[in-house]
Amino acid sequence: MIETNDLSKQFLDFSAVDGVNLSVQSGQILALLGQNGAGKTTTVRMLTALLKPTRGSARVAGFDVTRNGHDVRASVGVLTEHHGLYMRMTATEYMDFFGKVYNLSSTLRKTRSNHLLEYFGLIEAANRRIGEYSKGMRQKLALARAMMHEPSVLLLDEPTSAMDPESARLVRDEIARLKSTQRTIMLCSHNLTEVELLADKIAIIYRGKILIQGSLDELKKNVLGAPEYIVKFAGGWDAGGLELPKGMELLSKTPTSLKVRVEAPETANPQLMKILSSASAPVVAFQEEVRTLEQVYLKVMAEIKGKEYVQ
Amino acid sequence: MFNKLRPVWLVAQRELRDQFRDWRVLAPMSILTLGFPFLMNEFAKQTVDFLNQYNANLILDRLVPFSIMIIGFFPITVALVVALESFVGEKERGTIEPLLTAPFDDWQLYFGKLLVGAITPLIASYISIALYLFMVTRQDLNMPAPTVMVQLFLLTTAHAILMVSAAIVISVQSTTVKAANLLASFIVIPVAVLMQGEAVMLFWGNETVLWFGIAGVLIISLLLIRVGIAHFEREYLLGREIDTFSFKWAFKKFWSDFIDGAVSVREWYGRVLGSSLKRMIPAVVLMVLVAFFSIWLSHKWVVTNVSEIIANASTENIELIEENLGELPDFASMSGHFSAPFLFLNNTRSMVVIFLAGMVSFSVLGVLFYMINVALIGGVYAMFELLGLSPLPIFAAGVLPHGIFELPALLFGSAMVLYIGAVLVTPQRGKSIGEVIIALIADWFKVFVGLIVPLLAVAALIEAYVTPVILQSVMGG
Repeated sequence: MIETNDLSKQFLDFSAVDGVNLSVQSGQILALLGQNGAGKTTTVRMLTALLKPTRGSARVAGFDVTRNGHDVRASVGVLTEHHGLYMRMTATEYMDFFGKVYNLSSTLRKTRSNHLLEYFGLIEAANRRIGEYSKGMRQKLALARAMMHEPSVLLLDEPTSAMDPESARLVRDEIARLKSTQRTIMLCSHNLTEVELLADKIAIIYRGKILIQGSLDELKKNVLGAPEYIVKFAGGWDAGGLELPKGMELLSKTPTSLKVRVEAPETANPQLMKILSSASAPVVAFQEEVRTLEQVYLKVMAEIKGKEYVQ
Repeated sequence: MFNKLRPVWLVAQRELRDQFRDWRVLAPMSILTLGFPFLMNEFAKQTVDFLNQYNANLILDRLVPFSIMIIGFFPITVALVVALESFVGEKERGTIEPLLTAPFDDWQLYFGKLLVGAITPLIASYISIALYLFMVTRQDLNMPAPTVMVQLFLLTTAHAILMVSAAIVISVQSTTVKAANLLASFIVIPVAVLMQGEAVMLFWGNETVLWFGIAGVLIISLLLIRVGIAHFEREYLLGREIDTFSFKWAFKKFWSDFIDGAVSVREWYGRVLGSSLKRMIPAVVLMVLVAFFSIWLSHKWVVTNVSEIIANASTENIELIEENLGELPDFASMSGHFSAPFLFLNNTRSMVVIFLAGMVSFSVLGVLFYMINVALIGGVYAMFELLGLSPLPIFAAGVLPHGIFELPALLFGSAMVLYIGAVLVTPQRGKSIGEVIIALIADWFKVFVGLIVPLLAVAALIEAYVTPVILQSVMGG
């Protein structure tokens, strides 16, 4: 698990990370979103005990990042912003080197290396120099390296960047599998669709401060308001005299549709359905208005920058 | 222990493998290793032939140890490139971060890099020397004595460690390979000067002096390693992105350290200078002991060696010395030649030289200069004794009046240099090496301005105007 308390990092007069509080339990994925230079990499570097916090504390895999840096580093797998691949090595040599770094036995190194290279489709190129690899292949190899010692905590910076859709899907599947094996995962990504698919919790960081955090539903509710639903009718149906259940707000009304905002959909929506049914409304669709993480993110960023949110 | 050293070898092994796949390392190393001994051998022969035309009689044998030193040094220059690249190159290529996230201790990473920087060039160097020695045997030349061979072997190894450890310090402090290469002149120039000195020692053929030279190089190498470890922090490698030096920041930092919040000269003397002096108490104590040791050593050396020279000297020479001693200078006119400003500037310059020498050698050269200065007292004292003169009245009249001020100035200035060296080789967590150096310079300036300059000024006045008068009265004109 990852726990941070008032985690801060100051570089001379520049505050890179300022009072970050995060909590990620085993089997959870936290996505850290933010602009370039927002403080994501510095946060990850503090969580891997590469940088010392100037204020606050953090525990990763049960170890304090300031006092037990060695143990922290042994427990985490990191995919860094730069792949950090040695271009004159082959993939097999590279995996073997990092296997040795994490003190794995010769048999284990071979088994895990083969398994990961096979999984990421690199086994055929395993004996080629990494310098000859494509960008996507390098990214996959870097990810395989981060997983080599089966760490209990994974810190992944842009894990699918530069990958083709098929490879990106592979990586997402692997991250989901790792989550199911009770690993704690922190993901830094600009791919919001990917984050929506994977993350249990999302935190948005701006100029070193966490602006907002929570589950996707919580963020949507807090940023965009209560969920919105659209009811579509066949032909033209007059919903003029329709009395909406308590906690439901009418947003728009046309002869073919009705748009409402619902505070508590689990109680209000069945009631609306009942009302529409008793009014013999020709309902053809009843669906939640799609609201994406991108909308949440853009609105949060627009608000913090004092700009108008443009839909 | 083996488990602790395993990561060191792991880091080194990976890079060694990389090195042997890089023609840019292999090609110059092979050419220097295999080609240079032939070139040097030919050059030596040509030099001897050329000099013999002018009856200079340079014997080829005398060139052999020098040639070995040069031949051994050339492959080591590659160590500089490899070591300069070690951290900053990895940083530039983005490969440093995965390595830093590995469960290694800082010292394991450091020694891994040190090993990889030194091992290949050293092996190349030994091969090169062996090749040259083979050529020596084929030319009916005399092989250097075993002691000299050991000295050359140690010197070559010390050069490699010196260059690699210095290059790693630079590599850690730089953010680009280009910047590291520019900073490499701080290694190349002192090493070039050092080798000139070593060459002189080799031609001189005084083994004892060469041993001191080797010891000096080894001590500086070890201190550089200590500095490297003390200032090697993962954070430092990742926390800096640009190499901009801000004069404004540096001066601000220096001034704030120098003033240290004092609002009056009285407070500055009492609190600020006081705390600086307090910090250097152990260094002062140590330098007092060093002074006693130097005086004792020089006294003993003069008594042993000079008395032997005097015993073996001809009657004419003894008479000449006595005649010269009889012609004592006109003390009354000395005040004109050795004016107070001259003496003050001369002594101040010496203190600055001790400081600068100490800064570039982690106090080793600074302390050496201090020892030479202090040793003069013991040596001159012994000389007077040997010549049958009573040294005490001469010292009491000629040295003591201004020495009361001058010697403490020398002591505090040199102790400060020792303190600076000690701080440089000690880990200063949370501070960059730049901040540490600025703080140390500020500390030295405090002692220099607040204590040394006033003491030297008083000493110069006494030496220029009071000492000659006292000496004149004691020596009887």
